[in-house]
Amino acid sequence: MFLTERERLRDELVELADRFGRSRGALLFILQEVQNRYYSISEYAMQVIADLLDIHPVEVHSVVSFYSFLNERPQGQFVIRLCRTITCDMAGKDQVARQLENDLGITFGQTTPDGKFSLEWAHCLGMCDQGPAMLVNQRVYTRVTPEKIHGILQECRQRFGVHAVADGKELPQ
Amino acid sequence: MIVSTRTGSLTFAEVAPGKGMDVALARTPADVLRWIDASGLRGRGGAGFPTSLKWELAAKSPGALKYVICNADEGEPGTFKDRVILADFADLVFEGMTIAAYCIAARQGIVYLRAEYTYLRPHLEAVLARRREAHLLGKGIAGRAGFDFDIEIHMGSGSYVCGEETALIESLEGQRGEPRNRPPFPIDTGYLGNPTTVNNVETFAWAACILARGADWFKEYGTAKSTGHKLFSVSGDCQRPGVYEFPLGITIEAFLQEVGGEDAKAVQVGGAAGQCVPRGEFHRALAYEDIPTGGSIIVFGPQRDMLRVAANFLEFFIDESCGQCTPCREGTIKLLEGVKMLQRGQCSMDYLEELCSLGETMQLASKCGLGQTAPNTFLSIVSHFRDEILGRTAAWSPE
Ligand SMILES: Cc1cc2nc3c(=O)[nH]c(=O)nc-3n(C[C@H](O)[C@H](O)[C@H](O)COP(=O)(O)O)c2cc1C
Ligand code: SF4
Ligand code: FES
Repeated sequence: MFLTERERLRDELVELADRFGRSRGALLFILQEVQNRYYSISEYAMQVIADLLDIHPVEVHSVVSFYSFLNERPQGQFVIRLCRTITCDMAGKDQVARQLENDLGITFGQTTPDGKFSLEWAHCLGMCDQGPAMLVNQRVYTRVTPEKIHGILQECRQRFGVHAVADGKELPQ
Repeated sequence: MIVSTRTGSLTFAEVAPGKGMDVALARTPADVLRWIDASGLRGRGGAGFPTSLKWELAAKSPGALKYVICNADEGEPGTFKDRVILADFADLVFEGMTIAAYCIAARQGIVYLRAEYTYLRPHLEAVLARRREAHLLGKGIAGRAGFDFDIEIHMGSGSYVCGEETALIESLEGQRGEPRNRPPFPIDTGYLGNPTTVNNVETFAWAACILARGADWFKEYGTAKSTGHKLFSVSGDCQRPGVYEFPLGITIEAFLQEVGGEDAKAVQVGGAAGQCVPRGEFHRALAYEDIPTGGSIIVFGPQRDMLRVAANFLEFFIDESCGQCTPCREGTIKLLEGVKMLQRGQCSMDYLEELCSLGETMQLASKCGLGQTAPNTFLSIVSHFRDEILGRTAAWSPE
């Protein structure tokens, strides 16, 4: 990370700590906001947050590692979370999973090399009467079929304003 | 958002918003508590603790700062009724929270909303803003000097165990969501060490309805020990999945008829933490005194492999265990290994019995409800589906 980037991140963190209060109770608010903005929580960010809240960096790390929506490793701009719990399983989530892997060229737990998509398993998303269900960032998709995957991914790329992948070929970074 | 109900409309759609609060504020907090007590309302989150008792204990706990927390973590597999309530009847939920605040003299309310429901947040914030403008939240609510109460929304970060009330409080305090030892209970040592009532989304909505319509109206339905109606989330092998409202005490048989799941071979009541009820027990009732439930109903048709069900739930618990205590952390892994042996047709009766006694130990020795309930489905499947799970060969198929 360049020094200027670090400085910018530090400034943002100070601003967040002031907004949510420099107390232990502010920790998750700050972490959630960092996760939203940067798609992950870097070691450097954890250190700065620890300083600001006057706690040990290990404590920040142990909180980040506990929650599945907080990540140390960089996540894609679109995090796809496919429900693997029982009713979605019965509704055919395995086939949807396979097609997601095919269309993205990655397996679960990975991020595409262009940093656009991460693929994750989720547990029950509260859409069991309309499974298979999946979340793409905060948006929920229901009755997903393998056939619909291509369109959903395409929609994401367009929403972001960049066609990072055309006809299955990756564009240069 | 689709809400399918066979009953046509939910009670929540019929009760006029605002009425419950008007009635409550015209009475003393003690009177309101008596009213809720008379209705027999019990927690809709699953455990069924009497709501009036919880509020009364929090009211009596000494402390100037008290909190009302709405548990909107809805992580139990197969449950989605709280999502529907929040999307369509948020006013009733906030009204119920305000009535609770009036009873226990709380100044602050918190909705703990699961991360998976982040898309509901803008709507909920808009409803809160509207209520503030109408002086239904804030200082001097509805013109009553000294009644100050406001509600904020805190987001979860993806953790099932944070639905357990003490883990939820840990999470609100910026910690890992690890359940605490109880006692002390949140009603005296809750959020930031202050008296706190934690209730399910649906519990608050019913409390508002009870004030609006009266305890007798509520009690008219249900059984003596399980009064009133309850919302159910129905999924799996049935023709009409969705959200339903029924009086407590309904038998599984009658329930299956309503949802079009008559040929079920088993029904999972209460989600992963609940129990797997075989066809032979469909005469049993959904009620606190028989089969208690937070409302998750998953129907398994004849084509389902019950070991796949057991494996799926155990994988869920392995992922979601907070890892604090050994019976839960290690036991769930052992049970899953056992299910895999059964799937390969390689489990002796002696070993199966050992696994069952391990399951029973987990029920007793785990620190919180997660570990205590994690073996339930395994144990019910092992006791009810012996023919299906023993001596499997590669040629085995469910039907
Ligand atoms: C592992 C675990 C998860 C839970 N998840 C929820 C939940 O998502 N929503 C909920 O209302 N209660 C949940 N509970 C129950 C709560 O601890 C608590 O009993 C409930 O919120 C009380 O509300 P009630 O009395 O209105 O039902 C959970 C309990 C355990 C042990
Ligand atoms: S029973 Fe499981 S989830 Fe509960 S405290 Fe123990 S390890 Fe954590
Ligand atoms: S099981 Fe997939 S949304 Fe509930």
